[in-house]
Amino acid sequence: MSTVVTVPDGTVNPYALSHLDSLESEAVHIFREVAGEFERPVILFSGGKDSILMLHLALKAFAPAPIPFTLLHVDTGHNFPEVLDYRDRTVEKHGLRLHVASVQEYIDAGKLRERPDGTRNPLQTVPLTEAIQQHRFDAVFGGGRRDEEKARAKERVFSLRDEFSQWDPRRQRPELWQLYNGRHAAGEHVRVFPISNWTELDVWQYIEREGIELPEIYFAHEREVFSRSGMWLTAGEWGGPKDHEKVETRRVRYRTVGDMSCTGAVDSDATTLDAVITEIAASRLTERGATRADDKMSEAAMEDRKREGYF
Amino acid sequence: MNTTTEQLSATTLLRFATAGSVDDGKSTLVGRLLHDSKSVLTDQLEAVALASSNRGQEAPDLALLTDGLRAEREQGITIDVAYRYFATPRRRFILADTPGHVQYTRNMVTGASTAELAVVLVDARNGVVEQTRRHAAVAALLRVPHVVLAVNKMDLVDYAEPVFAAIAEEFTAYAASLGVPEITAIPISALAGDNVVEPSAHMDWYGGPTVLEHLETVPVSHDLTECHARFPVQYVIRPQTAEHPDYRGYAGQIAAGVFRVGERVSVLPSGRTTTIEGIDALGESVDVAWAPQSVTIRLADDIDVSRGDLIAPADDAPAVTQDVEATVCHVADQPLTVGQRVLLKHTTRTVKAIVKDIPSRLTLDDLSQHPAPGTLVANDIGRVVVRTAEPLALDAYADSRRTGSFLLIDPADGTTLTAGMAGASFAAEADADAAASADDAEWDF
Repeated sequence: MSTVVTVPDGTVNPYALSHLDSLESEAVHIFREVAGEFERPVILFSGGKDSILMLHLALKAFAPAPIPFTLLHVDTGHNFPEVLDYRDRTVEKHGLRLHVASVQEYIDAGKLRERPDGTRNPLQTVPLTEAIQQHRFDAVFGGGRRDEEKARAKERVFSLRDEFSQWDPRRQRPELWQLYNGRHAAGEHVRVFPISNWTELDVWQYIEREGIELPEIYFAHEREVFSRSGMWLTAGEWGGPKDHEKVETRRVRYRTVGDMSCTGAVDSDATTLDAVITEIAASRLTERGATRADDKMSEAAMEDRKREGYF
Repeated sequence: MNTTTEQLSATTLLRFATAGSVDDGKSTLVGRLLHDSKSVLTDQLEAVALASSNRGQEAPDLALLTDGLRAEREQGITIDVAYRYFATPRRRFILADTPGHVQYTRNMVTGASTAELAVVLVDARNGVVEQTRRHAAVAALLRVPHVVLAVNKMDLVDYAEPVFAAIAEEFTAYAASLGVPEITAIPISALAGDNVVEPSAHMDWYGGPTVLEHLETVPVSHDLTECHARFPVQYVIRPQTAEHPDYRGYAGQIAAGVFRVGERVSVLPSGRTTTIEGIDALGESVDVAWAPQSVTIRLADDIDVSRGDLIAPADDAPAVTQDVEATVCHVADQPLTVGQRVLLKHTTRTVKAIVKDIPSRLTLDDLSQHPAPGTLVANDIGRVVVRTAEPLALDAYADSRRTGSFLLIDPADGTTLTAGMAGASFAAEADADAAASADDAEWDF
């Protein structure tokens, strides 16, 4: 589906592309480059909106053939049930193959230790890296966007990682034109970010245009939450709330979906895509600023996690 | 933002680059564009204010918005290309914010490679300096279609028209001599906000657009019917399912021009001809498709086509060659030398190649050239002659940025060594000023 574009002087340029068509075309090009040049690509799929968008774009890129990739979910064990349900339905619907790397299994086996603050986001790096090594994935699609965070603003579309998944900003290859260099040594892999150039608003507008189904927690609903570090967190088995934290029922929705212990909900009445888009267009807070405790830790929190192999 | 979803989704996308240093007020300009278009959000401003005060600065330093890496913040400089995103009701923008100093030429080249427009900043007090000429040369080499000269700090020269006019005239003459097709000069004060987003109250003599107005209205797609149509094949789609037993489509992104169903096409490098039977544009069948759409093309005849091939109109196909002459920017820390064995990546095709000659190196500041340098090191611009192991369907970069560009890659460790642009360096014929500093016709001015 494409949109007719009216240029500012009012005439219709028959060869103009809308910004959503441009971004879609670029992302599809990236998926096809990876399919053409790599042997074992995998899509990181959490059931969050960015990974849902990636899957939708991949399905379009290879239609009417099935996508030539499998999916990998790094499961923190602190999942929203609605999101796990969505994940499983999607895998079933498209006949996909899903790998799961479980943080809980690593904790149970004593290979990872629970953090004092209860958050498991930073614990995902080891299971992710070991899954990449074990399955010999050579290209790993992530839904990271450059508008999310300032370290991500410097990220390449093809981001080379060593055998420990480490990111070295000084070793990143210049990316010119649309020529992506995916060469890597045995044991290394490339993280690929096909939606690098999308903003949060683009993602939502495209979801609306394409009629993509999302997990219901992205829309306003009544939920039992408590306040921590200025965010509304969901009470649950992961350990919250602590004694002094008061649980109350509020009308909220999620702007991002991650580990329950550090992903905050925002107050919202937006029950439809249209209402969500209006709300985002008017929001004065960034997506991660409003909803992610782990990025508030320091000025370079994301850069440090990325260097260690995070998404 | 009071626009409806419908209006927002019907906007076009402009990719543009800024080159300059903190001294020119580049960060202030970028900060103001983002801030005044309400693209910097409260939590980002708070983070910048906190980080600035931690460093003992009085006012929030908007450069901290874009200098995302620890090393950049510690050294107070922009090292890498930072991509910034903002939107107005009329257009979506992707800004490649690049550092201006000569040791970061490769980053400037990277940012300019995908830009439709480049903003070159000068300080009104200093006028056109060495760095300005280098930025104009990068824009000209990379064939950026539109260049904006932002004459900044007009408040420090009493908003005087003659100051602006003299700088604009000097720059326009220089850039035009390099073949920059369109130059727009705008007098601004990024600090005071004159002519960035809002028109200036201090420069009645200026009747042109503000920087943002110009960014919003500059045409993003040139006349595609004038371009040579080019389609590099990325991937062959063959479902071989019960539903689609015989489907065979060639997936790719149209690199240039327009393709139509029923058109006679050649497949290169084999040179076989056939007809376009159908075009699938991500879920819908269409009769016509154009750059930069990602589509799948079906051909009437069952001929051998694979990744790396190029589909082009039968009567307008590029020549196929194994000898490449090009202007390059060396982007790696390790040098490029004559006799070096490399990989050459052109569109979707990667072939073995050898560097036969490096006839010259060019200094972008004054366009002086240095014959037979033997090697190129990081940030050098030079001419190279490369012989490839297999034929390439290569256009002149001047005719087609996407099918005239290539990378040289180190086969041992995969490092991207060099960015290449096939054919002549600059578009324009020699003009007196430019020719004076160039020794001979090697550079094809």
